[in-house]
Amino acid sequence: MSDRQTLRDWLLTETPTSRRHAKLSALYHGWLTFRSNSMAMLGLAILVALVLTALFAPLLAPLDPFEQNLSQRLLPLGAENHLFGTDSLGRDILSRLIYGARITLYIVALVALIAPIVGLLVGTVSGYVGGWIDTVLMRVTDIFLAFPRLVLALAFVAALGAGIENAVIAISLTAWPPYARIARAETLTIRSSDYISAIKLQGAGPLRIITKHIWPLCISSLIVRVTLDMAGIILAAAGLGFLGLGAQPPSPEWGAMISEGRRFILDHWWVATMPGLAIFTVSLAFNLLGDGLRDVLDPKAGD
Amino acid sequence: MALADNADTRRPNRAPLSRASWSVIKTVLSTIGSVAVTLLGLLLVTFVIGRVMPIDPVLSIVGERASQSTYDAVFYELGLDKPLLVQFLYYLWDVLHLDFGISLLNARPVSEDIVRVFPATLELATVGILLGVVIGVPLGVLAAVRKDSWIDQIARVVALVGYSMPIFWLGLMGLLIFYGILGWVGGPGRVGIFYVDVVPTVTGLILVDSLLDGNIEIFKDAFSHIILPASLLGYYSLAYISRMTRSFMLEQMNAEYITTARVKGLSEWDVVWKHAFRNIRVQLITVIALSYAGLLEGSVLTEIIFSWPGIGSYITTALLSADMNAVLGGTVVVGLIFILLNIFSDLLYKIFDPRAK
Repeated sequence: MSDRQTLRDWLLTETPTSRRHAKLSALYHGWLTFRSNSMAMLGLAILVALVLTALFAPLLAPLDPFEQNLSQRLLPLGAENHLFGTDSLGRDILSRLIYGARITLYIVALVALIAPIVGLLVGTVSGYVGGWIDTVLMRVTDIFLAFPRLVLALAFVAALGAGIENAVIAISLTAWPPYARIARAETLTIRSSDYISAIKLQGAGPLRIITKHIWPLCISSLIVRVTLDMAGIILAAAGLGFLGLGAQPPSPEWGAMISEGRRFILDHWWVATMPGLAIFTVSLAFNLLGDGLRDVLDPKAGD
Repeated sequence: MALADNADTRRPNRAPLSRASWSVIKTVLSTIGSVAVTLLGLLLVTFVIGRVMPIDPVLSIVGERASQSTYDAVFYELGLDKPLLVQFLYYLWDVLHLDFGISLLNARPVSEDIVRVFPATLELATVGILLGVVIGVPLGVLAAVRKDSWIDQIARVVALVGYSMPIFWLGLMGLLIFYGILGWVGGPGRVGIFYVDVVPTVTGLILVDSLLDGNIEIFKDAFSHIILPASLLGYYSLAYISRMTRSFMLEQMNAEYITTARVKGLSEWDVVWKHAFRNIRVQLITVIALSYAGLLEGSVLTEIIFSWPGIGSYITTALLSADMNAVLGGTVVVGLIFILLNIFSDLLYKIFDPRAK
């Protein structure tokens, strides 16, 4: 007990003894602010549960998500052995939802890696180099920003062919411009600061300045934006799946499951309802977490 | 200022343009430039998409059993032997003449199809945005004026749920509850099956056409069909509009002139609507224009759920049957409207909001 007290005191100290100490202390302060926001904590809890579900899907799922059993088709909620009922091929909906968590996380993680990195590259180069490169890159960004995202993603998938990977590429291609804008704005304020001039005098080249001194400072605003965007990414991916352009059957992707259940909506409502609730819960969790993170990392942006 | 005045007095025969109207003209010109560049970018993207697709455009026209000479004839007719840049210029030329090629599904010009399906989407999105504005704006204003009260909390939850709910799923649930169980609204489609093509098409908007025809029964039927999908779209714009209204209003309500107005003894109604709200009108119109553009796009999934024969259904159907001309034509049209609404809101903001200068 006394050990924990001292650790807490060490973290909350006003006079850090080293750089790492100061960093940890700042992180801990952020965590304390975040923890006091109960909605954000709820969001975090849901997402931790989602990750654990995806990791341990084979252990958690009561049945094989692909096993068909036509004598057991369209069983209602709470049926024996099938808590969430079964779909039109007699597959257990709960098991499919549990395995579907993996696909959702896979898509979100890939898009959340690709789009911000592309945006960071474009934005920092544009902001740091300036001149005609800046004009051209920002013009391209503006053009992409002015596009209808879902329709453009549809057209991309149409050209590339349906499938999860192509859906990821299509969503990423339409998702990077806002990150480029943010990264550029951050770069412009950082570029003219004294410490950048100091490093320049020490002989640092543009590559080193961008990667070592500008990127780290752009990260926190990008993280907030990515978290807030994740709900949109999930909805877009589910929309593509629903249209039959994302994950292909028999994959237990949630959007595709809704599309399957759509045919029975009036008589067997649970087939489409359950995956929809799953999508809603997860994107709500991302929104809650994003709001909380914004309050910690970027307090000015909130209202 | 003085210099400009001198310049005007030296040439009295020319009507002097005030500085303000000059800056408006400049803004309009630069806006036209940026529309052109953005549109060029859009067409470049759709052109590239059309080229990278794995489907052979010639084969999809002539079929697999065509002879080599037929294949070659179509190949040259499409200009596929020319360099890419020339092909792109051809494409630009065609699109500028509103020629999006022939649909492979029904062998009709894509532009004709789009003219036919577009009014359905326009009708849906317009009723949607009306609902979103009529409910969203007062909700946002109330939430700002009574910050942290129960109505603010409700506005917050409404928006949060709107941002997190898959629109196609909410549509299905709406159909299940209001059509399947309660029977309050019409089912999928624009009108009941007996009323299809009964009123003459004038505007293509059934609500308007039926009124022009004096056919109240069809108007009622069309209304019962549109109300659910339009409320759904309206809900999404409401979420965004109410949030933005709230934050614009909060900014105003903290300003000093509001305190002055209160000290003068104005009623709270006058303070809110005649002072604070007046100052957010331009910002609000930009937001509404943007969400209108968003609705045109959001209608893609909604149209599928409600079997609404609009441009979203058109693009998706074409997509699933690899009718690339139709997909790209539809994308260009939606993109064009999107760009124009974007720029329109931008322009409005620049011209009417003195703070933007």
